[in-house]
Amino acid sequence: MSAKSPARAVGFYLLVAAIILYATFPFLWAIITSLKEGSAIGAGFWPTKVTLQNYRELFSEQPFLANIVNSLVVAAAVSLVSIALALIAAYPLSRLRFKGRRAMLLAILGVSMFPQIAVLAGLFEIIRALGLYNSLSGLVLANLILVLPFAAWVLTNFMRDIAVELEDAAIVDGAGPVRIALSVFAPLMAPAMAAVGLLTFITAWNEFLFALTFTLTPDKRTVPVAIALITGATAYETPWGRIMAASVIVTLPLIALVLILQRRIVAGLSAGSVKG
Amino acid sequence: MPGAMAPRASAPAARYESAATKPSAFEAQAARAKWLMLAPLLVVLLLVAGWPLIRTISESFTDAYLSSPDSKFVGLDNYVALMQDPRWRRAVLNTLAFALISVALETILGVAIALVLNANMPGRGLTRAAMLIPWAIPTVVSAKMWAWMLNDLNGVVNMMLMKIGLIAQPIAWLADPWLAMASVIAVDVWKATPFMALLALAALQTIPDEVYESAKLDGAGAWTIFTRITLPLIAAALTIAVIFRALDALRIFDVIYVLTGTTRATSTMSIYARQQLVEFQDVGFGSAAATCVFLIIAIIVAIVVTVRRVDVEPLRSAS
Repeated sequence: MSAKSPARAVGFYLLVAAIILYATFPFLWAIITSLKEGSAIGAGFWPTKVTLQNYRELFSEQPFLANIVNSLVVAAAVSLVSIALALIAAYPLSRLRFKGRRAMLLAILGVSMFPQIAVLAGLFEIIRALGLYNSLSGLVLANLILVLPFAAWVLTNFMRDIAVELEDAAIVDGAGPVRIALSVFAPLMAPAMAAVGLLTFITAWNEFLFALTFTLTPDKRTVPVAIALITGATAYETPWGRIMAASVIVTLPLIALVLILQRRIVAGLSAGSVKG
Repeated sequence: MPGAMAPRASAPAARYESAATKPSAFEAQAARAKWLMLAPLLVVLLLVAGWPLIRTISESFTDAYLSSPDSKFVGLDNYVALMQDPRWRRAVLNTLAFALISVALETILGVAIALVLNANMPGRGLTRAAMLIPWAIPTVVSAKMWAWMLNDLNGVVNMMLMKIGLIAQPIAWLADPWLAMASVIAVDVWKATPFMALLALAALQTIPDEVYESAKLDGAGAWTIFTRITLPLIAAALTIAVIFRALDALRIFDVIYVLTGTTRATSTMSIYARQQLVEFQDVGFGSAAATCVFLIIAIIVAIVVTVRRVDVEPLRSAS
C-alpha cells in the first residue's frame, strides 16, 4: 500500500500510533503508577513527586526477592530438563524407523493439548507422594507437562532438517547414536535449543495455576502467585503502587529479552508445527 | 504453549530413507540405543501427564475427598450432580461465550493489525516490537495491570472517560456481571491479539506482490482484493492459529481468576473445577468437572484433526 494523498498518510500514521499506544499503554501506566507516592496514587496522570517508595516496600514488606529467585530457579530448571529430555529423544524420533513412532509423536502432540485442570488432582497426589508439596522441585515437575511436548516436537523437527551426510561421516568414524546426538547434533541444534529454551523459560516463568495450587507458604511462591496475592495491611486497601512496582520488575527483563530476540521468536513461533 | 504453523518446505531425506547407505553395525547399535534414548522423555510424560489424567478420570467416578483417602465407587453420580448444578451450567456458558467472542475479536483485530504492519512504511519495526510487549507480559501481571486501570475509584479508564465527559459517575467495571465479562474479554484480547497479528503477518508476507498487481490491473477495489485474494491465501494459517487460541480460551483460568476471582458472573469451567478440587476438597466431584473440560477439548481436537486432515510434518512416514 502506498499512501496516495497526504491526508491518507496522516490517517495511516494515526492508526499506527493508535496500535502502538494500545499495545504499550498498560505497561507505561504501570511504570507511572509505581513511581507515585502511596497517597497520590489515584490523583492526576503524572506523579507529582517521583519516588521509589513502592519498590522499597515491595522487598521489605514481603519475601519478593525470594519469589524472584524461586521463579528463576524453576524456569531455568524446567528449560534445562525439558531440552535435555527432548534432545535425547529427538534423535530416534526424527531419524529412525520403528513401530509405534507415529503413535508416539501423536501422543506427544496430544499431551500438549491437555488442559492443566485435567491433571491438577493427579499431579497433586504425585507431588504429595514424593514429598514435594510446597517445594520448587514439585513445581519443576508439574511444569514439565506444559513444555516437554513442545520441546520434543520442535527439536524433532529441527533435527530432521540436518543433513544426513554429517551424520554418515560420524557413523563411518564409528561413533554410536548417543555420541552422535551429543557431538554432531548438539552444536548444530544450538539455535533451535536457544529458541526452545527461551519459550519454555517464559512459559514456566508465567505459569500460575500449578504454582498457586502446589505452594503454601509465601517464601515458596513464584512471582505470578506473589503478585496475585499481594495484600495491604488491611483487607480494604489494595497496595496498587506496590503491585505495579512488582509488575514492572517482573516484566522489564522479559520485554528486554523479547525485543532483543524478536526475530528469533517470530521464527520460533512459526517453527516446526502443523501443516494446514 | 502455542506452537505455530507456517507451512514448511519439503522435507529432506530422513535417516531411515537412506537406510541402504547405512552400515549395519550402526543399524543394530541404533536399534539397541533407541529405547534408552526415548525412555527418559516417555517416563516423565507418563508421570506428569498420563498417570494424572487416568487418576482424574477414575476419581470422577468416586466420592473421594481430600481429607478422607478411602472412597467408594459411585458410578455417574458426580456427572449427574454436575449437570444439575446451575453454577456449572453457567460456567460452561461463560467459557463458551468467552472463547467465542475473544477469539473472534482477536482474529479480526489481529488480521487488521497485520495488514497495517504489512504495508511498506517507516516505523514498521517499532510497531512490531510494540506488538510483542503484551505477548511478553506474564498473564497474571497483565490481569493486575488491567485490574488497576479498571479500578472504580482510582482507575485511569474511569479518569479518562470522565475527563472527556463520556461518563458522569465512575463505573464499577469488575463488579457488574456483564461489564465484568466484557472486561475479562478485553484483557484477553489485548494479551493475545499480538500472537494472531504476528502469525497473520507471517502468512501475508508469503503472498507474492504480482498477485496484487494483476488484480489491480483488472480494476479490483481494496475490499475485493482483501476478500477474494488475501483472505483465502492466509485462511489456512489463520485457521490453525484460531484453533490454538480457541483451545487456550476453553481452558482459561489465570486472567479471569486474577481479575474477578471465583465470582459466578465470570467463572469458567477451569475455575469451577479448581474451586471444587482445592477449596471444597471435593476430589470426586471436582474431577468430574475436570474430566468434562478434558473431554470438550479432546472432542474439538478430534473433530479438527479428522475434518482438516492435518498433515503433521514429522509424522510423514517414509513408507
